[in-house]
Amino acid sequence: MSVLVDKSTKVLCQGFTGKQGTFHCEQAIAYGTKMVGGVTPGKGGQTHLDLPVFNTVREAVIETGADATVIYVPAAFCKDSIIEAAESGIGLIVCITEGVPTLDMLEAKIAVEHTGARLIGPNCPGIITPDECKIGIMPGSIHQSGKVGVISRSGTLTYECVKQTSDLNFGQSTCIGIGGDPIPGTNFIDALALFEADPATEAILMVGEIGGSAEEEAAEFIQSNVSKPVVSYIAGVTAPKGKRMGHAGAIIAGGKGTAADKFAALEKAGVHTVRSPADLGKGVQQATGW
Amino acid sequence: MNLHEYQSKELFRSYDIPVPNGKAVFSASEAVEAAKSLKGDKYIVKAQVHAGGRGKAGGVKIVDSVEQAGEVAGSMLGTNLVTFQTDANGQPVNRILVEEICDIANELYLGAVLDRSKCRMVIMASTEGGVEIEKVAHETPEKILKATINPMVGIMPYQCRELAFGLGLSGDQIKQFSRLLTNLGKLIKEKDLSLVEVNPLVVTGSGDLLCLDGKINIDGNALFRHPDLVEMRDKSQEDERENRAAEWDLSYVALDGEIGCMVNGAGLAMATMDIIKLSGGDPANFLDVGGGATKERVAEALKIILSDDKVKGILVNIFGGIVRCDLIAEGIIAAVAEVKISVPIVVRLEGTKAAEGTDLLNNSGLNLIAARDLGEAATKIVAAVGEAK
Repeated sequence: MSVLVDKSTKVLCQGFTGKQGTFHCEQAIAYGTKMVGGVTPGKGGQTHLDLPVFNTVREAVIETGADATVIYVPAAFCKDSIIEAAESGIGLIVCITEGVPTLDMLEAKIAVEHTGARLIGPNCPGIITPDECKIGIMPGSIHQSGKVGVISRSGTLTYECVKQTSDLNFGQSTCIGIGGDPIPGTNFIDALALFEADPATEAILMVGEIGGSAEEEAAEFIQSNVSKPVVSYIAGVTAPKGKRMGHAGAIIAGGKGTAADKFAALEKAGVHTVRSPADLGKGVQQATGW
Repeated sequence: MNLHEYQSKELFRSYDIPVPNGKAVFSASEAVEAAKSLKGDKYIVKAQVHAGGRGKAGGVKIVDSVEQAGEVAGSMLGTNLVTFQTDANGQPVNRILVEEICDIANELYLGAVLDRSKCRMVIMASTEGGVEIEKVAHETPEKILKATINPMVGIMPYQCRELAFGLGLSGDQIKQFSRLLTNLGKLIKEKDLSLVEVNPLVVTGSGDLLCLDGKINIDGNALFRHPDLVEMRDKSQEDERENRAAEWDLSYVALDGEIGCMVNGAGLAMATMDIIKLSGGDPANFLDVGGGATKERVAEALKIILSDDKVKGILVNIFGGIVRCDLIAEGIIAAVAEVKISVPIVVRLEGTKAAEGTDLLNNSGLNLIAARDLGEAATKIVAAVGEAK
């Protein structure tokens, strides 16, 4: 078991024939992901990476039965691509692109929710169920099939979680990169609920960072809704106030969104926190007794 | 991206949001001319910097004559204004806003911010204008009225009325407020504002509404569709090194410590700063080389880090996903060839092509310290910097 994606997930790519789409789809196919085709308006009927190219998502869904899509189109076109996917019946939309305007996301999110589809990202590494399905830009080789569910706002810190849990042979059930933007399609609570319901996930590793209050809200949710051990780390203890730390969403605004507040909220909810990013794996070991 | 007050007011004016008459000037003589063109015999002279707290810092003055407007403007221009929101050096004053003054019957607050949990823009209004709104929010949260905007329909007239009544406005003021707020909603949407603040929004002696101050932040991700706003950017208000980094698509923030960091990924970059601190050191910067790191960008990143004299050592922490570690290694080698680096460098390469990258560094003849993981990397750079002292 796993969450959201497995070896039967049929994946489409929007922005398929572009540089990013091509590179990462090659990697996904090599990993064993069931890629079924791609969409590039105007290139319908062509073949790319031995897969069919379609002009529209609707056409691609009819022809391939795709149930997930990964978006590599430029930021200016993401709102359109996300809504096109949702309204064409795709159930899982993963948007990798960084730099999507916030107001576009406010609208896209409502449109997606209206269809019942799930959006992951934007500005995220994607989602992977080790040995089954890789949708996104993460290096497949570091993953190992196992029992830790990973959720993170940061791409490279997700890799850090993966490496440390693989080194300890715990492996990962599924890793969800929810992305570094202020308005993520899927938030911590959504991902926590999925992992709580997944029998293959025995512990959850949740990595947050400064900015917003998603971690505080997750802490409240964990306290009353999550029975599995949760281990958490928050990046940005040393980040100055009022400065955006790379991610659009990583900013301490008006004194709110500090790492200290987030650590405190999580600890109050009984979450096992680690202060060092080198202790992510060790934290899981301590919290679970494995 | 932040705007100056006068730029915010220009936008307000173009959206029919009432602001005082005024002119932005760049010299004392222009300030005199500006004052002459305005009504009244008193003027307000306001230093234009990207920071709040200007009034208390001496950056806002009322003058009694056009000559005095010139004198005060002249005394402000070319100086740095230090407020509670700036660092010790303050922000350079290159522009001055000269405005007509008005009589104030009442000071209100009006603002809009993104509520990340609700995934909506939220309008905030308060009768407690002219003071720090964070303080009001903290001490008397009941005095902050809110209206959540549904992005599909925008601000509704009922929401304007609700806030107007809540603010104690009456008669024609309710119409004025509704028009003002509706226009503000339009401005937010059309110009991709991530934050707007009018503090104070005043009721004048004659009972009209007027935006006495204006603060606007624009969503940096949306600038591609606003070339007009990009032209308003005042780089003198921003950190020079951060701008230089941005030109290379690097995300850099200067800090006070002595260990420079070069990392891929924003989260890992913050985590690297944190682990340096935990290991007994102090990070000198945040630096994310991003997903598309090339040899040239890595070299530039190292040069930017080293342009900070405080830097006594560098930690390179790369977890290659999209980024290839061999390209990072080539960049480090290229940078060292160009810039004389006399401080210790600890390098941790992991992920895509890590072995190739490590080989390149080992065979380069450079004096680099290799580390296997994050914990070891932090311990080694803190120790190396300690020894160098």
